[in-house]
Amino acid sequence: MEGLTLSEAEQRYYCDLFSYCDTESTKKVASNGRVLELFRAAQLPADVVMQIMELCGATRLGYFGRSQFYIALKLVAVAQSGLPLRVESLNTVKDLPLPRFVVSKNEQESRHTASYASDADNPASYSGVIPPPPGRVQAKKGSVSHDAVQQRTSTDQESTSPVVSPQQSPPTSPHTWRKHNRHPSGGNNERPLAGPGPFWAPFSEAQPGSSAAGDPIWSGHSPPPHQENWVSFADTPPTSTLLAMHPASVQDQTTVRTVASATTANEIRRQSSSYDDPWKITDEQRQYYVNQFKTIQPDLNGFIPGSAAKEFFTKSKLPILELSHIWELSDFDKDGALTLDEFCAAFHLVVARKNGYDLPEKLPESLMPKLIDLEDSAEVGDQAGEVGYSSSPAEAPPSKSPSMPSLNQTWPELNQSSEQWETFSERSSSSQTLTQFDSNIAPADPDTAIVHPVPIRMTPSKIHMQEMELKRTGSDHTNPTSPLLVKPADLSEENKISSSVKFVPGNTVADGYSSSDSYTSDPEQIGSTVTRQRSHSGTSPDNTAPPPPPPRPHPSHSRSSSLDMNRSFTVTPGQQQAGVVAYPPAVPPRPQPSQGTGPHVHRPVDAEGLIAHTSTSPQQIPEQPNFADFSQFEAFAASGVNEEEEDEIETHPDVLQAEKPSDSASSLRAAKTEGRVEDKAATSVPNNTGKGTTPLAPPPKPIRRRLKSEDELRPEVEEHTQKTGVIAAVLASQPSIPRSVGKDKKAIQASIRRNKETNTVLARLNSELQQQLKDVLEERISLEVQLEQLRPFSHL
Amino acid sequence: MERIALLSPVCSPRLQNYPLYIRSVPTENELKFHYTVHTSLDVVDEKISAMGKALVDQRELYLGLLYPTEDYKVYGYVTNSKVKFVMVVDSSNTALRDNEIRSMFRKLHNSYTDIMCNPFYNPGDCIHSRAFDNMVTSMMMQYVK
Repeated sequence: MEGLTLSEAEQRYYCDLFSYCDTESTKKVASNGRVLELFRAAQLPADVVMQIMELCGATRLGYFGRSQFYIALKLVAVAQSGLPLRVESLNTVKDLPLPRFVVSKNEQESRHTASYASDADNPASYSGVIPPPPGRVQAKKGSVSHDAVQQRTSTDQESTSPVVSPQQSPPTSPHTWRKHNRHPSGGNNERPLAGPGPFWAPFSEAQPGSSAAGDPIWSGHSPPPHQENWVSFADTPPTSTLLAMHPASVQDQTTVRTVASATTANEIRRQSSSYDDPWKITDEQRQYYVNQFKTIQPDLNGFIPGSAAKEFFTKSKLPILELSHIWELSDFDKDGALTLDEFCAAFHLVVARKNGYDLPEKLPESLMPKLIDLEDSAEVGDQAGEVGYSSSPAEAPPSKSPSMPSLNQTWPELNQSSEQWETFSERSSSSQTLTQFDSNIAPADPDTAIVHPVPIRMTPSKIHMQEMELKRTGSDHTNPTSPLLVKPADLSEENKISSSVKFVPGNTVADGYSSSDSYTSDPEQIGSTVTRQRSHSGTSPDNTAPPPPPPRPHPSHSRSSSLDMNRSFTVTPGQQQAGVVAYPPAVPPRPQPSQGTGPHVHRPVDAEGLIAHTSTSPQQIPEQPNFADFSQFEAFAASGVNEEEEDEIETHPDVLQAEKPSDSASSLRAAKTEGRVEDKAATSVPNNTGKGTTPLAPPPKPIRRRLKSEDELRPEVEEHTQKTGVIAAVLASQPSIPRSVGKDKKAIQASIRRNKETNTVLARLNSELQQQLKDVLEERISLEVQLEQLRPFSHL
Repeated sequence: MERIALLSPVCSPRLQNYPLYIRSVPTENELKFHYTVHTSLDVVDEKISAMGKALVDQRELYLGLLYPTEDYKVYGYVTNSKVKFVMVVDSSNTALRDNEIRSMFRKLHNSYTDIMCNPFYNPGDCIHSRAFDNMVTSMMMQYVK
């Protein structure tokens, strides 16, 4: 058999018929029963039917395959048109009207059921069901056909089958809709309603053809065929008359079709997939919608505000409830305004509703706003697309693309949107990774800083000193410290003068302060001090103790001395003690912070420092590291600290002044023994006990007192000025430090490293000093024993 | 058992709270829930007035447990426009935590704002939105198992 070329309309029509006959949904074979019925409906003589069947090869095959079916249909059309049945005539006959199938009411009904009844196969229950669509279809066909009989039948059909009022509605709809109410339009409206039947195809095709004539027809209105409820279609006579146009229109359409074949390209595409998606918007429809949109909003990329849309759609005379639901469906991004796509979707839904279709629960895919329309403005498309995509990723499965209707652009858009969606997620994840990155980086520094077990205290002192020196050269804040440092140095020197012992303890105390934290010989405490100092150092711009430790009053110059000390410290750990000695440039009168700032300031510095002044340190250590260090250092240097003493105690400047060197020493020892920087009480107690070294004894007490507010007050009185000066310096420096910190992280890190180094050095020093302390204690004990031994003799 | 009720704001002229939306799952004892919701309005009003002129933010929108009774707990939530949401939850449903209640209220609020965006909805009308119904149903089903 020669190949069969079908026009688009024919193709659609035949496809619909085949679907109708394909009761078993095999998509390949038309059930013989149905086919026979169809042929019967063709009102052809039986012999003609037999001939047709023979010609198409069905008799040979025994079944009606799709091709056979199509051939048969074509032959039916040929026969109906009165042409002889010839195989050759299949392709030669041009402008062959579509085969008409007129069936009795029952048959129609059955056909309705068969083809439309919810796509459910009820081959048997033909009569029971009155499927509106088929009825409608029939009605359409009947109405359209000039055949009066058909009309009547169709009318009957219409009367029996629920008819769609929508067909009327267009005419009665707002004026804007009227222009679409052409007959063909009406018919088309009905046709869509008819459902995805074969009949629909020709209608819709006819419409395009007619529309090609220039009328914006919204006939292309694809019906929502597969609706559960084939809403009753009020097929009124007028509509039937419209439908009556069908046959003629079909013929006309065919001619027009050929002429307008070019224009129907879209429709072919649409129609071919029309079965699958009744909610598609045809091009004509879309064009109409767009025009309507323009009347409200000239800018196609703009929005229609809710109020305007409300007015517009209220004209459709749909109940508010339904309009509200339509709005809910179509306003995709829930912004109270309609974009072009949203508007088209809403309009389409209104049309469908007016034609009797039920509103879907969810927005059909074909009506979803274009996800990302390359053609449309990015804003609209993106918004809708993204929203749409995100909201219904499942609903826009790429798999549906083939069936996507006129909005075939949504398809690639979906893909694009999916890509975008993915990219979004990727972006988000990447941003997260970025943030994670940053967060990872951040702790790195402190971690590295924390790694060292060495009490930061110690380090900071050195660092402070270094910083001080560095800063002295340049920064202002260091300057004040330097003089302050100098002052403490002076004080320490004074202390020295007062009593070497005193001084020493003072220094030690001072050192103790700085190193008290570290000193407490508790690695943990040291660590705490370290942390504390780290924090301090962190604040300092250089990341090392902000103000370089007050120049250990090496009488000559604190700076140099401190520098040397630092260097010595870092270079020769073994020489720590020596360095210590060198540097504790008499912890200058630690600006005895009146209990509060000063001591605290210095304390931490002291902590950094070499000596752990346990008693005093606790209080003093806290806040400001650098200064404490400085003062301690200075005191150290000035006092020419004993190694022991230095090691032992970091005394406040107060301590120094109060000739607490001994105290400080004792307290330091106490601190050492107890290993508690912050244990003031402990320090105090040991201080008391540690009287073996008389010079040290006093210091502890004073230190203790210092711990107490009173004591501090005392020193404050003395060194108040100094303290204030130092404190001021410290405070001044500190504020500046943070600033610089923020600016120079690298410097901070560098200073941290330096601090760590100094920490290690100081730790070593600390250990050595502790060892010395132990030795000294042993000596003391031995001495005491001897003393006791001697005494009895004396008594005796 | 759970029940969700949306109450209108205290409309100035009317000074009356009437429900815009009431839904309960399961559906028995509806009348009892109606009563409960109404009585809880007093508590809601009390809390609103207690807040005074304070800025209303998300935290304050959520009123929390209004009062527990022997059988159920009542949670309240008020929007910026003084639309009140009241949720009655069965006490036996101990799985519902506070943050879950909060999220439920947040979803309700979001859905309510979506409804408000609909130009066809007049504030003060009863809510007939299908989307809203679906959301409420899904939410209640999710939490009331």
